[in-house]
Amino acid sequence: MADTALTAPPRSPLSHAAARLAAATRTSGGAIRLAELPLLAQLDVRLDAKGPAADTVGLALGLQLPLAPNSVVHTDRATALWLGPDEWLLLGRPGTQRDLENRIRTAAGDEHVSVTDVSAQRTTLLVTGPRARDLLSRGCSLDLHPRAFGPGRCAQTTLGRTQIVLVARDRPRAGFWLLVRSSFAGYLVDWLLDAATEYI
Amino acid sequence: MLLIPCPWCGPRDEAEFHYGGQAHVPYPENPAALTDEEWARYLFFRDNPKGPFAERWSHASGCRRWFNAVRDTSTNEIMAVYRTGEEGPEAIEARPFTPQPGQAIPARPAVEDGAVEAEGGPGGAAPGGVAGAEPLQDGTGRGGGGGNLPFRHPTRGRVDRDTPLTFTFDGTEYQGHRGDTLASALLANGIVQAGTGIKLGRPRGIFSAGVEEPNAVVQIEAPFPEPMLPATTVELYDGLVARSLPGQGRLATAPDPARYDAVHAHCDLLIVGAGPAGLAAAAAAAGSGARVILADDRPEPGGSLLGTAEHLDWVAEVTELLAAAPDVRVLPRTTVFGHYDDNHLLAVERRTNHLGADAPENVSRERVWRIRARRVVLATGAHERSLAFADNDRPGVMLAASARTHLNRHGVLPGRRAVVLTTNDSAYAAALDLHTAGVTVAAIVDTRPAPGEWAQRARDAGIQVLPGHAVTGTRGDARLTAVTVAPYGESTGQREFAADLLLVSGGWNPVVHLFSQAGGTLRHDETLGSFVPDTCRQAVEVAGSANGALDPAAVLAQGAAAGARALTAEGYTPRTPRLPTPAAQPRTTPPMHVYVLPGAPDAPHFVDLQRDVTVDDLARATGAGMRSVEHTKRYTTAGTANDQGKTSGVLAGGVVAELLGVDISALGTTTFRPPYTPVSFAALAGRDRGALHDPVRTTALHPWHVAHGALFENVGQWKRPWYYPQDGEDREAAVLRECAAARDSVAFMDASTLGKIDVQGPDAAVFLDRLYTNMMSTLKVGMIRYGVMCRPDGMVFDDGTVIRLAQDRFLVTTTTGNAAAVLDWMEEWLQTEWPELRVHCTSVTEQWATVALVGPKSRAVLGALAPQLAVANEDFPFMAWRDTTVAGIDARVCRISFSGELAYEINVSPWEALALWEALHETGAPYGITPYGTETMHVLRAEKGYPIIGQDTDGTVTPQDLGMGWAVSKKKPDFIGKRSYARADTVRPDRKQLVGLLPEDPAAFLPEGTHLVADSELPAPPVPMLGHVTSSYRSAALGRTFALALIKGGRDRIGERLYAPVGDRLLPVTVASPVLYDPEGARRDG
Repeated sequence: MADTALTAPPRSPLSHAAARLAAATRTSGGAIRLAELPLLAQLDVRLDAKGPAADTVGLALGLQLPLAPNSVVHTDRATALWLGPDEWLLLGRPGTQRDLENRIRTAAGDEHVSVTDVSAQRTTLLVTGPRARDLLSRGCSLDLHPRAFGPGRCAQTTLGRTQIVLVARDRPRAGFWLLVRSSFAGYLVDWLLDAATEYI
Repeated sequence: MLLIPCPWCGPRDEAEFHYGGQAHVPYPENPAALTDEEWARYLFFRDNPKGPFAERWSHASGCRRWFNAVRDTSTNEIMAVYRTGEEGPEAIEARPFTPQPGQAIPARPAVEDGAVEAEGGPGGAAPGGVAGAEPLQDGTGRGGGGGNLPFRHPTRGRVDRDTPLTFTFDGTEYQGHRGDTLASALLANGIVQAGTGIKLGRPRGIFSAGVEEPNAVVQIEAPFPEPMLPATTVELYDGLVARSLPGQGRLATAPDPARYDAVHAHCDLLIVGAGPAGLAAAAAAAGSGARVILADDRPEPGGSLLGTAEHLDWVAEVTELLAAAPDVRVLPRTTVFGHYDDNHLLAVERRTNHLGADAPENVSRERVWRIRARRVVLATGAHERSLAFADNDRPGVMLAASARTHLNRHGVLPGRRAVVLTTNDSAYAAALDLHTAGVTVAAIVDTRPAPGEWAQRARDAGIQVLPGHAVTGTRGDARLTAVTVAPYGESTGQREFAADLLLVSGGWNPVVHLFSQAGGTLRHDETLGSFVPDTCRQAVEVAGSANGALDPAAVLAQGAAAGARALTAEGYTPRTPRLPTPAAQPRTTPPMHVYVLPGAPDAPHFVDLQRDVTVDDLARATGAGMRSVEHTKRYTTAGTANDQGKTSGVLAGGVVAELLGVDISALGTTTFRPPYTPVSFAALAGRDRGALHDPVRTTALHPWHVAHGALFENVGQWKRPWYYPQDGEDREAAVLRECAAARDSVAFMDASTLGKIDVQGPDAAVFLDRLYTNMMSTLKVGMIRYGVMCRPDGMVFDDGTVIRLAQDRFLVTTTTGNAAAVLDWMEEWLQTEWPELRVHCTSVTEQWATVALVGPKSRAVLGALAPQLAVANEDFPFMAWRDTTVAGIDARVCRISFSGELAYEINVSPWEALALWEALHETGAPYGITPYGTETMHVLRAEKGYPIIGQDTDGTVTPQDLGMGWAVSKKKPDFIGKRSYARADTVRPDRKQLVGLLPEDPAAFLPEGTHLVADSELPAPPVPMLGHVTSSYRSAALGRTFALALIKGGRDRIGERLYAPVGDRLLPVTVASPVLYDPEGARRDG
């Protein structure tokens, strides 16, 4: 029996890249800041936005699920991203996924609501600093100008050659969250650090 | 790049979407009731109209919603989009063609004709008082500020005389100055020849001052080799080494160490060209709040004004204004080279080329800008046109306005003694300016009989004007020495002028390349004698000389108006910019439209200097029956060199028109295609090189595989361990060892790459029943079933397992490479055909890491690590799953086998996968647990006859062909593919079926793809082929080689001998059952 396995802490997809991200942040002299936000709770929630479950689930979560395409609702406990007309991604602090799932299932009752724990499906990168927008524009075709993609906005799109969920953080100039499939996370870090060469 | 408006997410790049074929082709209510022909019509026939077409699209990289779009198939315009289930629009209108507004407002009478210049507008006012224009002191040019450069003017030009630069051309070292181009620096040193013609090898000189250069195309050798650059566009830097070219260059053999990158940009208004029109447009737009990008291919704004040295104070004023304006981005050294759909424009910015060896390593050398603009103003100027006269290619023949540009931009005299040949007024301004700067103008030869006020102005300056004359020939080898002139159209009355410079102006060609690329139409302007923009369906406006405007005031006014109109259309309030007031111009005389000048019949009249195409060549083309400029272009290659005929295209058209006796307006132009100027592949590739070219997907266990010496196989984008060689093993030895471990003891594999989809909802079972060929609704919670998924045509598309987690929840697995396609497939049917089904599908591929634990000792290893799990066969039967903890980690363990052995798949969070893997490694050590890769997995499954979808199938194989009729439900009323199994084609007895093959020589190996024939001797071609090998391996368990193959009527041939041509031998093989190992399945339960 491997005793070490019992006590080994969970390893996030980019735990091996933490030092490189920190070094880039340091040497950029404040131009950019890159870091993984590891092990966030993430739930994929599917329900009929016009049905009764939308309100009861919202109530249970303490937030109104955003109905406008590509918009975000933040609260202290969770962040809800619009992924589709009947699909949301709920982000919460590490370890809260079971609690969030239970609350949604309880609130849903007999309504047709699907909840899937996808906490490990993607990991989250913080990209911020004065050059964050420039950095992302190297590989993202969306208009990221604050007028077009300010706080409260999110989008599923591609960065470089991988799909991401891009979230504008809730304050101006607070940068972005990038949610990327875990298997692509290493590629994305290589891509970001290479894109940042001019600043580091 | 089209913009496709997703009904949910709004306009996105087309790359985010998947095409789904014709819309509104519903799945038949009752396929079983259809005839074969009706079913085939549903399967295989779709409309293919020209014009509006209703299609299905999926926003695959975005919200994953399917929707409908009406696309005009002839223009690709998306005319309407609507959500699935909504009705399409009744009447759809295409985007209208909008005429160029500039043409509606002629600022001055058209007769008031001025000179035009490349790069953004006209410019040629008479050189009134150019301050400090002192003639050269002596013939050698010593003294003054020009150092030792004999042709450097002491005061003119924008070069930095305090920064001398050393460069090498054709092995000789020269001096130049910061601000020079390679061409102007050569001219300053008295060098005009910069190459030789590609076919005839005649000496060729610097012909222009910009991107239109046909002759001076050079090879850069240092700091880094780069071929085929016009010397007129290469900014001089210290240490530049270049040489002249006989037409073609040399690519570097070493990898380019420079960085190249790309960036996306968005703006309300993109202005292309920072000449007078572009600057006026930018001045109108600056400070309005609109986002503006102004791109120009030169190091500094000003365009033609820098070439004429006019209104430079205004240029500086606007440049400052733009630098201070928020939301305005000025991109110097940036060539906009492509104008695509929905105002998507590509540009290349040369960021560090001009720094030579001083270029910083971490800054990209060139950057591709992908600009999406709401509105575009094209202020791209005009190129001067050449004339076809006898021996018109000698070094020293130069476009008139280009010579003036070299003087005013770079401070060089292109020669000492000039003859000017013109068909229009514009060359007079150039001649007068050069005269003022110290060039002796021996004569202005004007083909027009009455050149008017401009000619008078030249005479007033003491210059001889020869109206109604033309050049009939030239002399000189390495450099022009003399020009012969005669009355136009006559062979008598010839006079010869000694000259080292012959300035030519045959009129002006508006730079309509981008407008034309954008889908704009052109019309022939009789006054200008060239093609000008007419109408366009995109939001683009052309201003200044690119629009055929010739008068400086009109150019400025058009630019400002175009900028203002674009802003107003976007809801901003434009400024009224201060515009300079051009000096009063002489009255203009209309140009004469002439292309070929008579001369000695044996002397070549060149049309395309870069391709060495002459008037005679074009005459041969028309003589051979060509009637289109597209055909004469391809027949003669005129216009196909890397200058793409910028100075010669319209000239060639004019020559062909004369030869055919038709009007040039009826011939039109050849097609303008991107790129406007050559763009290096390195720049286009950008950062998409090496590891960034294609993403590598890795599992949570990847670091362990690397650390343990695995070699990797690419499966889709995944890196999967292929095998783990030990102690110098080759692949064969390693795989035999890994296979033996799995069959004899215990082995384990990272199976995390399998696609996983969570299917939830009250109708989940109904949904899976429709998707899979076999019945899923009868599966009990806690159990697993293998499933096959087919396309409607009945061909296998994917396979995997279905795990029933709860009454209304399943987890389905897909093959590694097909995960995204299967999820798209599910969404397509749910969203477009079965919206009434209450089911949601979510990818959980990376939510779970999966380890396959395989072999007779696997139960012992698992049992040791999962004390709460009853692992006995009767407690945990085959195709069951259990939630438990393994090594203290929450796990879902499935009893699935892809090898025929007792086996488990242990699913855990990838965050804890490494701990699980290491625990298995440690606990299995007493049994010799062995990590294995995909090669071993393939051997083990092939020994059992399990097919790999995509390897043993190719989209033409049914489940029955694979011998999996047992997986095709007879009870279900319908499922995708069912109706096709009753088609005549799928019940043919000679369909190819999956069988095993045993070479008679147990060591003989059949390469995958090997064909199979019936006879031991090959008959004369065509040889009847019976099928081919799909998988082939060496088997440790069988002690021999074996293969799987698709063979016509294969199952009926079991036991037959066939032949496999391998190299020059025909190997005898025996057809066998595909299940070669443990056919009775005795090993499955351990």
